[in-house]
Amino acid sequence: MFAYTVRRLIMLIPVLIGMSILVFSIIHLIPGDPAKTLLGEKASPEVLEKMREDLGLNDPLLVQYKNYMVNLLQGDLGTSIKTKRSISEEIKPYLAATVELTFFAMLFAVIVGVNAGIIAAWKQNSWFDYIAMLIALIGVSMPVFWLGLMEQYIFAQKLQWLPSIGRDSILNPINSITNFYIIDTVIQGDFDGLKQILKHLILPSIALGTIPMAIIARMTRSSMLEVMKADYIRTARAKGVAQFFLVYKHALKNAFIPVLTVVGLQTGLLLGGAVLTETIFAWPGVGKYLYDAISVRDYPVIQSGILMIATIFVIINLIVDLLYSAIDPRIRYQ
Amino acid sequence: MSQLQHKVETTFATIPKKESLWLDAWKRLRRRKLAMLGGGIVLFFIILAVLAPVLTPYPYDGAELSQRFIKPMEEGHWLGTDDLGRDLFTRIVYGAQISLRVGFLAVVGSIIVGTYLGLVAGYYGKWIDMIISRVFDIMLAFPSILLAIAIVTILGRSLTNALIAIAIINVPTYGRLVRSKVLSLKEEEFIMAAKAIGMKNWRIIYHHLLPNSMTPIIVQGTLGIATAIIETAALGFLGLGAVPPTPEWGTMLADSKDYIQLAPWTVIFPGLSIMLVVLGFNLLGDGLRDALDPKMKQ
Repeated sequence: MFAYTVRRLIMLIPVLIGMSILVFSIIHLIPGDPAKTLLGEKASPEVLEKMREDLGLNDPLLVQYKNYMVNLLQGDLGTSIKTKRSISEEIKPYLAATVELTFFAMLFAVIVGVNAGIIAAWKQNSWFDYIAMLIALIGVSMPVFWLGLMEQYIFAQKLQWLPSIGRDSILNPINSITNFYIIDTVIQGDFDGLKQILKHLILPSIALGTIPMAIIARMTRSSMLEVMKADYIRTARAKGVAQFFLVYKHALKNAFIPVLTVVGLQTGLLLGGAVLTETIFAWPGVGKYLYDAISVRDYPVIQSGILMIATIFVIINLIVDLLYSAIDPRIRYQ
Repeated sequence: MSQLQHKVETTFATIPKKESLWLDAWKRLRRRKLAMLGGGIVLFFIILAVLAPVLTPYPYDGAELSQRFIKPMEEGHWLGTDDLGRDLFTRIVYGAQISLRVGFLAVVGSIIVGTYLGLVAGYYGKWIDMIISRVFDIMLAFPSILLAIAIVTILGRSLTNALIAIAIINVPTYGRLVRSKVLSLKEEEFIMAAKAIGMKNWRIIYHHLLPNSMTPIIVQGTLGIATAIIETAALGFLGLGAVPPTPEWGTMLADSKDYIQLAPWTVIFPGLSIMLVVLGFNLLGDGLRDALDPKMKQ
């Protein structure tokens, strides 16, 4: 396992370097003078020259890349043009908000998806099976941004059950310590605050989690159907194991391996969906941070936002690979 | 002689007539109700898109402020009007033209480039394979919509650039698929035989490897159109795709989202259209997978 982990980590190096080159290129591939793009057409030549100097644009490309990497490795993501603040500092609360949202979206997707898949397989060809799979089919085809808008319309505006935007109540903002609001409210014993935070989490988590939920449900169902045919299940049944334990204890263990891969893959993909979900729900995460930067052409923030999300994506994929090989040792020897 | 001829004829007559792969696949596809439903949905939207000028008397970009927010089925507007008084049905059918065209062209673009790279990587192996595969790895290290955002940021906002971005981000999907298929085909006897008789590399690639890799590409391509349509709409929604007044569905959603309480239909119908077309392609793609290659079914 250790050797495999090391091998996977080494394989990650060229990918991370490639990613950094790609992200570094964004600002250099934009046609025209980056300084002019950043400052606008009306900027004076002196200001433009100073900007070029500040950005290091007068240096050869290789030197620029080297400086960029040195800064990056020291945790310096550059400075936002709009706010003039360090991106590394500015991005922290956004990052925490995205992690919190992604976690709850995946929690929703796994709990609902896995159980729906299990019951659909257990009661194969029943009305539950048909309805669950129909919902899953529609869920896979659902544009996340439209689902979010519809949720807002129905649950926030029409029924007024849940808040439609934001991460906490404007009237009663959370006193943040860790940037993770759930943890903050628990530490401070602010259970009214916790209730508010959870209410704010429901709609965006469901919007973001619906597609993975649908995919997980379909995967769990087909995987369970396969495992339920196995000899050891028949043996267990012959021994008189109750159906519930047969399904949840015996079959699920083996059926869960392919499901886990899907869960991991989908967690990574959620980060892409987060850009859209956060935009709709005004959720102050990295996706929203990136979206706001796009609209004002804040290129350093766009670069850092993309790099940040891509890095988390790569790390999640690595964790899934390692987890997968821990569960199924055959993977390591391939 | 005639006895022998008769024997040969009767022998051949007893062998059942072999159907072509496509006819066989079509027969299997026809039996799958969900796939046919998907095909029906896709066909419906294709007809809408083609007949758009005949189906509606309104122009898709004709703003008429006196006609703002007319409810569906009122004053001759089947699906109502939007914030600028434009007929929503008109914009949706013209939007179908855009979504289907962009989805199709983006997938064709990805398939051409991806297949070529996959064939070369898989067939030649060694350093060519290593370089191509690493580039694919790097591209797949980004959530796809994010890579599309980066590309459109570089190229500038337009529908064509969104199409190019979507085509680029999906190249590794087809590239990897073809590469893995070629790797397994390379070990087959007919490829070894082709090599043994001195067939040139390009001939082996185009006459043997390419036709034999087509099935998974077609299946993935059908499912890929669904993804490409959603990605186009997502870019449009983020303000990185089509420029108004182009009736692209995602852009329409972005323009109408502020009026959701006042005129929910302006948000409901474009979104519903995206969902239905995507559902159609997903159902058709799933059905094709089962029909063309039952072994691929999970």
